[in-house]
Amino acid sequence: MPFRRMAFSRQLFIVINSIVLASLFVLGLLPFIHLLSVSLSSNIAALSNQVKLWPVGFTLEAYRFLGQKPEFLDSLVVSLQRVVLGTAINMALVVMAAYPLSKEVERFRLRTVYVWFFAVTMFLGGGLIPTYIVVKETGIMDSIWALILPGALSVWHMVMLLNFFRSVPRDLEEAAIVDGAGQLKILARIYLPISLPAIATILLFTLVGHWNSWFDGILYMNSPSHYPLQSYLYTLVTKINIEAISTEDLGTLNRLSEKTLRSAQIFLGALPIMVVYPFLQRYFIKGITVGSVKE
Amino acid sequence: MNHTSKRMLRLKEELPFHLLLLPGVVFIAIYHYGPLAGLAMAFQKFQPIAGFFHSKWVGMKNFEYIFNLPDFSQVFWNTLEIALLKIVFGLAVPLLLALLLNEATKSWFVRSVQTSVFLPFFLSWTILGGVLFELFSFKGPINALFAWLGLNPVLFMGDAGWFRAILVGSDVWKGMGYNMIIFLAAIAGINQNLYEAAQVDGAGRWKQAIHVTLPGMAPMIILISTLSIGGILNAGFEQVLVLYNPTVYSSADVIDTFVYRLGLFDQQYSPAAAIGLFKSVISLFLVSLSYYLAYRFSKYRIF
Repeated sequence: MPFRRMAFSRQLFIVINSIVLASLFVLGLLPFIHLLSVSLSSNIAALSNQVKLWPVGFTLEAYRFLGQKPEFLDSLVVSLQRVVLGTAINMALVVMAAYPLSKEVERFRLRTVYVWFFAVTMFLGGGLIPTYIVVKETGIMDSIWALILPGALSVWHMVMLLNFFRSVPRDLEEAAIVDGAGQLKILARIYLPISLPAIATILLFTLVGHWNSWFDGILYMNSPSHYPLQSYLYTLVTKINIEAISTEDLGTLNRLSEKTLRSAQIFLGALPIMVVYPFLQRYFIKGITVGSVKE
Repeated sequence: MNHTSKRMLRLKEELPFHLLLLPGVVFIAIYHYGPLAGLAMAFQKFQPIAGFFHSKWVGMKNFEYIFNLPDFSQVFWNTLEIALLKIVFGLAVPLLLALLLNEATKSWFVRSVQTSVFLPFFLSWTILGGVLFELFSFKGPINALFAWLGLNPVLFMGDAGWFRAILVGSDVWKGMGYNMIIFLAAIAGINQNLYEAAQVDGAGRWKQAIHVTLPGMAPMIILISTLSIGGILNAGFEQVLVLYNPTVYSSADVIDTFVYRLGLFDQQYSPAAAIGLFKSVISLFLVSLSYYLAYRFSKYRIF
């Protein structure tokens, strides 16, 4: 029905609803625009809280300085290593585990045993302290492996992928078996190409998960020079916390002048996520909607 | 073909499956079952040098100790209260949003709002914490807004009452995009004939929302609420750890942060593990209950 022919109450509702939703849209973006503006402003403007949603005294000083800040650069390198190595290992293990478990029990007799072995970990965990001790005992403390091996196989992702594998038509596989193809070949030539959408989704989640993780860095790394970026940002952010709970500008100008620098680092920490965000959103929504339509 | 060679053939067929599973099994065994077995330390006086095998057994002593800790009951109730508030608002706000968004007709508009609302879901709490500290600092934008409204400035991050509101509010902010999309999917799945029938009966948009849309979403609402029962002792460890500080422990310290400080700062490994075990046992019971209920009500299954 065209807007002008609607009842007045309906028109009023549509206008108010649009305003509410539009302001929500704006409110959601404001904090990040503010962050970016502060990082692009001059120190003095940032300190005196002049910066709102547009840089005041525009300068790239903060970003230029970061290019030489060893703590930032070190942590960036650790993060990149972690993302590449961790994602590669995660993906390999997820595919390798999901494939056999997608077979029927007639083809793979111990399937049920394995499934239970994995499923239990979805509901039961040792918790923080015993996990910490085990990581320590296995001798991977303070190395990149401490950030990768404890979560080397994501059981949730494995379940997602094995459910997808199950929808692959059996005929394809049987034809390949007749042609004399082995299991690895069937996995690589048939299952993987068909499952690309599912694999892309899991890949994206894994990448984002590794990039965003910070607590394990704090927990397992002894020296801050081994922190990944998000753990380093945690130390930075807790410093702001101390300032946030004081009513006065107790810091020297020197400390406060880091404000633009901090904003720049936080913004850069969020940037990769924002870049892949359009894909994330699309895959995620598809995943959620498919899941809920399924029942 | 005799019996044994048949078995050999099957074994040969299945061997690749076992080999493919091996790496995953090894890592899960070490880093999931290892800590599970390590929970035994809750009954020990664990010494890192002695390890799991040579530390002294002390029976229930650690549990007596933790239940008598002065902070324990406060931490327990904080956890429950914060988690409950998060569950309630984390459902109500996205539900309302989904209903409002459903009334908007332009798809580019719906998509834009969705994009903006969903973004924080993918950002880490360190990033969001940095943003929140900036917003709520004493001289920050929120206090500027307060001043403009003629209100006194507030020390948000240092005030126990305000702090809890920020915990709940920011958790809703981070998570609402996710639940909103689930709810929108539920709305999309409602039979369109029901709306036509309601129109024939003379129901306006408001009546349709109350009598068709909401009941149509009920199964999803029930499912999500039941599944959240299991998380009632998880009040959001990473969020609290980023945002809190000693001045707000009274309203913000939760089981997980308490365990973290007790275990890793005070090095009281065994009492900390005992609290972890206490929490795991209750959580396991609640999770089982929630999955059972979800299965009963909505035929929900993970596999």
